[in-house]
Amino acid sequence: MAGLAASFGSGVMTNSTSELEESDAIFIIGSNTTSSHPLVATRIFRAIEKGAKVLVADPRKNQIADLAHLYVRHKPGTDVALLNGIMKVILDKGLEDKKFIAKSTEDFEVFKKQIDTVSIEKTSQITGVSVEEIQAIAEAYGKAERGSIVYCMGITQHTNGVNNVKSLANLSMLTGNIGRVGTGVNPLRGQNNVQGACDMGGLPNVYTGYQPVTLGPANKKFAEAWGVDELPTNIGLTIPELMHGIEKEEVKALWIMGENPVVSDPDANHVVKALEKIELLIVQDIFLTSTAKLAHVVLPGVSFAEKDGTFVNTERRVSRVRKAVEPVGDSRQDWQIIMDISNRFGFEMAYDSPEAVFNEITELTPSYAGITYERIEGPGIQWPCPSLEHPGTPFLHKDGKFTRGKGLFHAIESKPPAEVVDDEYPFWMTTGRVYAHYHTGTMTRNSKALDNEVPEGFLEIHPEDAKSLDIGDGHKIKMASRRGEIETRITITDRVKKGVVFMPFHFEEAKVNKLTNPAYDPIAKIPELKVCAVKLAKV
Amino acid sequence: MEYRNTLTTCTYCGCGCNLFLESLDGRLTGTIPCKTFPVNEGKLCIKGWNAHQFVQSEKRLKKPLMRKNGELTEVSWDEALDFAASKLKEIKQANGSDSVGFCSSAKVTNEENYLMQKFARAGVGTNNIDHCARL
Repeated sequence: MAGLAASFGSGVMTNSTSELEESDAIFIIGSNTTSSHPLVATRIFRAIEKGAKVLVADPRKNQIADLAHLYVRHKPGTDVALLNGIMKVILDKGLEDKKFIAKSTEDFEVFKKQIDTVSIEKTSQITGVSVEEIQAIAEAYGKAERGSIVYCMGITQHTNGVNNVKSLANLSMLTGNIGRVGTGVNPLRGQNNVQGACDMGGLPNVYTGYQPVTLGPANKKFAEAWGVDELPTNIGLTIPELMHGIEKEEVKALWIMGENPVVSDPDANHVVKALEKIELLIVQDIFLTSTAKLAHVVLPGVSFAEKDGTFVNTERRVSRVRKAVEPVGDSRQDWQIIMDISNRFGFEMAYDSPEAVFNEITELTPSYAGITYERIEGPGIQWPCPSLEHPGTPFLHKDGKFTRGKGLFHAIESKPPAEVVDDEYPFWMTTGRVYAHYHTGTMTRNSKALDNEVPEGFLEIHPEDAKSLDIGDGHKIKMASRRGEIETRITITDRVKKGVVFMPFHFEEAKVNKLTNPAYDPIAKIPELKVCAVKLAKV
Repeated sequence: MEYRNTLTTCTYCGCGCNLFLESLDGRLTGTIPCKTFPVNEGKLCIKGWNAHQFVQSEKRLKKPLMRKNGELTEVSWDEALDFAASKLKEIKQANGSDSVGFCSSAKVTNEENYLMQKFARAGVGTNNIDHCARL
């Protein structure tokens, strides 16, 4: 999100899901849309029926690639190279939107100077995509009246994830495909309320609505509203930094609510070691997850079906969560658990309902100021919604007026991933999701119907690689990286390229994150889960 | 027998579909997609159709647990909360505010995320709060 914030001034999905139907070219990169965001994929199917061109770039040939007009399989970690190549073609063919660039953007010349150094032939070598295919993507997207870009973790989970995103922002600005219906740069948020967790200041550098914690008017405003003399102005630690802090014995206590880093985080052995060492680990969850098993105290919260509140979806839509049944056993509302601890700690909190909390949020958050529980009884409201009369905002940066003023071009050079294949670890390994499961499987693997669909983890491998390793479909294999080793069954498929293997991360007993590389993007601190080097051996 | 439909937002991915949770005598029995919600317009994916299933799983946590002699043992809410709060306080006093960290969550509500960061910042006095947006 840091990449979009730097380019546009706002690090969120620019347009609405339904607008994809209005696009005439949709460029999908690093998103397994049909598995991870099925109801976004539905809109893409409808767009295809209406005549839109769908272009897919992904190292793994996922299901949406089968439906694309053009699919290209670039090598893992070569996104910037591919995008720069596409933009080089757009400029060479004069497909850029000169008027938009002049009126609504800045630093175009710096960016162009960098693109001028790009050679299409070299791009083809780096990415493994042919010159003709690069030209075809550039023409289809570059000539579109309304071109839309859709991306997901395949773009962000790299050591240069922020640069990948900035490159996509460059591409949209270059062609003027932003600030109108059916255009934009659209990151699909993975989890149901990841947008909300960010909006609410569940981040080390901002309060609600991305108001900075550093010394300034927001810091003062929140201190006053929360009745304290002062609030810390130093930027806090991200999750990887917290784990590191525990090892250095600087972080002594950690309270984890509704997350399972032991399965979801890279280099899982390392995370376990850190959590075993900490003086106090509080885990608040609905299941005894692998993370909870390490805790000193486990607090049973409640599921979405047992609580009231709000979620924010990927397109910034705030909508209601309503309690359908009573909590199981002696479990307790998560908002009450936080209040209970806060009051015992000596910081007084007295809310009688989630709605009372929400009203405090909207008072302190300009982009939420016009939202009330009453107003979101129906289809919800997309922020920014600054006043009670405001209808909400389906798409951002209207008429080339960016949140930051003008859109900012960035000159981005391509660079290789943090870990590359070598003689000892000759396979590229990439991770992802399957349609029936969700994240670490805490919920879906406890759902009979979903567990039956895909009961265990597997590794996708190309037929030729399977043959040279002398292993058959469904057989077990040992896979190791510099960080760990796991055993898993294999699925032979040409969805992956020769030399590349793919594994979903939902399965605790075949924990692929023991292998992944914790090296992270220097700005966004997103780990490079999408690329690492592994070796394979027959069991 | 009491049959109810409760309109809510799905707990799985970022699409944010709306669905009705069907319940019979206080037990969830199924889901029905919401036709009027602009995101899903009456459709759901396989996860959405089964979004009620894990809620009543036998494996749900039903009581607070505390580690005693190395084992996680069932305790009362008062004991668990007193322990958590007093230990947090002790660690803050001994090592400073920034020795405490928080992971809020992309699974819980806005209201709950808000309260956790408020407690971290105004209660404990640290900006050490993050969640797994990056994963």
